[in-house]
Amino acid sequence: MLLSMNWISDFVDFTGLDKIELIRKFSLSTAEVENEIFYKGSELSGVVVAEVKSVENHPESKKLHLLKVDVGEDELTDVVCGAPNVRVGMKTAFAKVGARLGEITIAPRPLAGHMSYGMCCSEAELGISDDHSGIMDISEDVANGTDIKELYEIDDIVFEVDNKSLTNRPDLWGHYGIAREFAALSGRELKPLAVEDLKAYAELSKVDMKIEDPLCQRYSCLQVENITRRVSPVNMRIRLFYCGMRGINFLADLTNYLMLEMGQPMHAFDSRKVEKIRIRRFDKPFVFTTLDGVERNIDENTLMICNGDQPVAIAGIMGGLDSEIVGDTTRLTLESATFDAASIRKSTVRLSHRTDSSMRYEKSLDPEMTDVAIARFLYLLKKYDGGAKVVSALTDEYAFKYDTVELTFDKAFVDRYTGIEIGNDTILKTLSSLGFKAELSGDTFDVVVPSWRATKDVTIKADIIEEITRIYGYDNFEINTTRSPLYPVRMDVVKEDEDKIKDILVKRYSLHEVHSYVWAYYDEQRELGIPVEPNIRLANATNPNIETIRRSMIPTQLCQLRANTGYSPEFGIFEIGRVVEGVDENNLCIEKKMLAVTLFSREKDVRALYFRLRDILAVVADDVKHKTLEFKTAEATHSYEHPVNLNTVLLDGKEIGRIGIVHPTVGKKLDPKAAVVFAEIDMEAFADTKNASIIYDEPSKFPPMDYDLSVVVPSGVFFSDLAECWKGEGEEILKNVRIVDTYDTELFHSVTVRFEFSSNERTLSSAEVQAIMDRIVENLKGINVNLR
Amino acid sequence: MDNKIEVLREEIRQRLASVKDLSELDKARVEYLGKKGSITALLKGMKDLSNEEKKTFGAEVNKLKGAVAKRIEERIEELKKLQIEAEINAMPQFDITAPADLDRGSYHPITLVQRQCETIFKSMGFTVEDYPEVVTDYECFESVNIPKHHPARDMQDTYYLENGQLLKSQTSAAQNAILKKYGKRLKENGVPIKAIFPGRCFRNEATDASHENTFFQMEGMMVDRDISISNLIFFMKTMLSEVFQRDVKVRLRPGFFPFVEPGFELDINCEICGGTGCSSCKHSGWLELCPCGMIHPNVLREGGIDPDEYTGFAFGLGLTRLAMMKYKVKDIRDLNSGSLKSLAQFTDDDN
Repeated sequence: MLLSMNWISDFVDFTGLDKIELIRKFSLSTAEVENEIFYKGSELSGVVVAEVKSVENHPESKKLHLLKVDVGEDELTDVVCGAPNVRVGMKTAFAKVGARLGEITIAPRPLAGHMSYGMCCSEAELGISDDHSGIMDISEDVANGTDIKELYEIDDIVFEVDNKSLTNRPDLWGHYGIAREFAALSGRELKPLAVEDLKAYAELSKVDMKIEDPLCQRYSCLQVENITRRVSPVNMRIRLFYCGMRGINFLADLTNYLMLEMGQPMHAFDSRKVEKIRIRRFDKPFVFTTLDGVERNIDENTLMICNGDQPVAIAGIMGGLDSEIVGDTTRLTLESATFDAASIRKSTVRLSHRTDSSMRYEKSLDPEMTDVAIARFLYLLKKYDGGAKVVSALTDEYAFKYDTVELTFDKAFVDRYTGIEIGNDTILKTLSSLGFKAELSGDTFDVVVPSWRATKDVTIKADIIEEITRIYGYDNFEINTTRSPLYPVRMDVVKEDEDKIKDILVKRYSLHEVHSYVWAYYDEQRELGIPVEPNIRLANATNPNIETIRRSMIPTQLCQLRANTGYSPEFGIFEIGRVVEGVDENNLCIEKKMLAVTLFSREKDVRALYFRLRDILAVVADDVKHKTLEFKTAEATHSYEHPVNLNTVLLDGKEIGRIGIVHPTVGKKLDPKAAVVFAEIDMEAFADTKNASIIYDEPSKFPPMDYDLSVVVPSGVFFSDLAECWKGEGEEILKNVRIVDTYDTELFHSVTVRFEFSSNERTLSSAEVQAIMDRIVENLKGINVNLR
Repeated sequence: MDNKIEVLREEIRQRLASVKDLSELDKARVEYLGKKGSITALLKGMKDLSNEEKKTFGAEVNKLKGAVAKRIEERIEELKKLQIEAEINAMPQFDITAPADLDRGSYHPITLVQRQCETIFKSMGFTVEDYPEVVTDYECFESVNIPKHHPARDMQDTYYLENGQLLKSQTSAAQNAILKKYGKRLKENGVPIKAIFPGRCFRNEATDASHENTFFQMEGMMVDRDISISNLIFFMKTMLSEVFQRDVKVRLRPGFFPFVEPGFELDINCEICGGTGCSSCKHSGWLELCPCGMIHPNVLREGGIDPDEYTGFAFGLGLTRLAMMKYKVKDIRDLNSGSLKSLAQFTDDDN
């Protein structure tokens, strides 16, 4: 919103104060001011009032005229002018030789062979409106040669406030409310608004008006006739223009002026078209043409202003084309109302049509303002059009009144909240300068919140703290650390495990952490031939490609691998992210935090890559939990899983994830020459597993004994099956078993297993070791594993 | 006989001087000093001599034997030395200036800034909390004083799911749970609530270089008996000075956020121009960085904490924004792209 310092100065005397500094204060204490401040009129000088004394056609040009103008000097000045509206006797704005208009400095110059000593200016050239249809027509009776800046308020400081920062301040949507803030910030007084006394018309008949819907809080109206003025006073038009509005005609300008001054939107109807005002909604949708000529679909939730049954305006948003004031309108009905803010906001969203009016209504305007706005409107109307005549009494229905907000708090509350000492006098002065009624008895403050702050903005004691502190100035705060007691802090296990895992994957295995989206990658997955598995969906996704929430991060990572195949012949990516596995019995999402790892290689064969990933997982479990992973063959259930070598990963006997090879159909699309393997681990299940502590095993002082066994392993028998054969055998002295060699021929697969025996108490005898080994060999035979 | 000794001595001298390596030397040693060696053989030829001559001759032979053994030892040392020298000379000079093979992995830049922030907060006694991404309307809005008709709830801003849940639009969604989780310890043992909660947030909007529908925030809060605005400013200034590794100036302006009262927009002085104004700070000298404020009484109450007894502050930091500022990432979409050309550069924190 653009704000004019001249306008604000109507209500506060800033004599002797630095206005720019005040604007800066306003930005820090009230609402954010955009950085650029406009110094209106600063680039304009040397323009005076001049009277056109003679007009002759230019001999060489159809458009140009040769003028002689009186600029208040002894001699008339010769000027060549191309404006169509030039006429003898008119007064206009004249830029003398040496005058400055922005970048231009006026100098004598020949125009089609005739010298021109200056320039007659349009309003657009002066920067006070966008009218460049002709030169300015000055109606004021002033001496020729008067500086235009003395005649009009051209010099002004205009600044812009970010609308977003006014969201919760309905009182700041007009200059008067802004002026109140400036008054409080500068310690000056806020002048009252000059208004017409409406009681004078109480005897006149009322307008036929009725609120028929609770969405209308208050509706005030009044009828006026005999308005003859068509064009607004120049100063009014300048202010509107500086504040971003176009001048239209006197009446329209005046309603806009009121809105920019008081924040109260107003509307004027042609009284012939609106005789019986009803405010209501309709049962069925219909099409309505607004005054901008656009046909809009109105539904049953949209509040309308009607003439009887006939809609004439969308309440709070825009008037209708048919009831607009036209050239022959003699009597008009002035509307000043408030409506339910949420309803207006929703209607603007539905209609996709936001107006200066609806923007204000959305903020919960103060209903106390409607009649004051009419009184102010009348004051200004009569000031600029003496003939205007009020022909009805103020007709006012006040259906919904906000409660008066009264708050009580003590000084200790303020001290505790601020952490600094702000004196009672400062508190009282601040509150009253903002329009609060504040009284202090003992240490207790009793505060009545003004109606313009009580619609939603100030409702609790903490809100008062904001009023006191923002005017006090946060820059003036003494800052202090807290005095809270100290206690140890326990960290979240999942979070800690997450950090450790990331370090292992990055530092030890050189994997790359990526981020992705929580929804399935519909398009990318289709290219890889991985259908999106049904899952809970977004209800309001604007893009169908992101509609379904993912059940697994593996498809996401396969898509990401594919996008990176050119990065390097071998790499791996991982992410700790979220998936949703449908909903539970309460219809709430089953969200899981997963670690997903995928490896890609054109260098390693699939077996080596698969074991690489297996080792990565094993190291993670060993490093973070000091535990050994187990694996169990699993059935492939997803399109991207290779049916062979898919395994469930178990920790402490509990399933925590799976590891597998990508299905060849997907793999070929991803990169036909590469091996791709994946694993996905449930982070919460992983974190739930207790961390095994390290039990120190003192190195034995007695000689150890190793026993190697080479066996032929039939297909389908895994090492985990072999391990069953020595489980429980020689427990005290069998310290470790590992594979030291593997030997494969076309006929058989053989491994050499080393059994490491040792005791801390004694030297082992070959006989006792042999006895254990005999039993193990026997057990192995039982599962058809024989010595080589 | 003496002559024999002299002849042999001369032969051995020449032989030992000419051997080139240890194995040749060992061969010579066996030839001269071995049981069947030529020195031993000299003794065998002694049987024809008189006892007196035997004594003299024997002594001469032994002297020779001793001298040869000693000479062999010396030659061993010499040859070892030569061998080492040869080894040294054989070593080629490597080009150590050739580029190293780093084979580095990488962290996501968000992880890096997140960890940096977490370290700062942990050092001040804050816990780091984790929270789901799918939350209820109550968690995200109702419990943090965002009334039914607040624009933040509008369909166009928040991603709603079919079951009425939503993808959290702000980390504040965790506030209520954290107040409840630690409220008991606060009330019964006087342990202040100090927590940060980083996490993914979602906004239903079109993406471009500076807009993402998925981004990271980190929220923090502290609740205790007498937490004040003065504490809040102190804390924000201290924390941000740590984050930016310089003494930042902070500036507070009123800001409206339903979950705080009073609420603030916090600016820090622009580092790039030093506060004189540049394109980064839109020529204001200040960068708008994080919303913060005193926790709204309704939020405390909803979390089971009596606002008449306790006060607290809360703040939100845009981790995505911080990462972009820190690493000068121009296109926000790079962060979720999964593209290793971008991401593999973040090998570790640079602090």
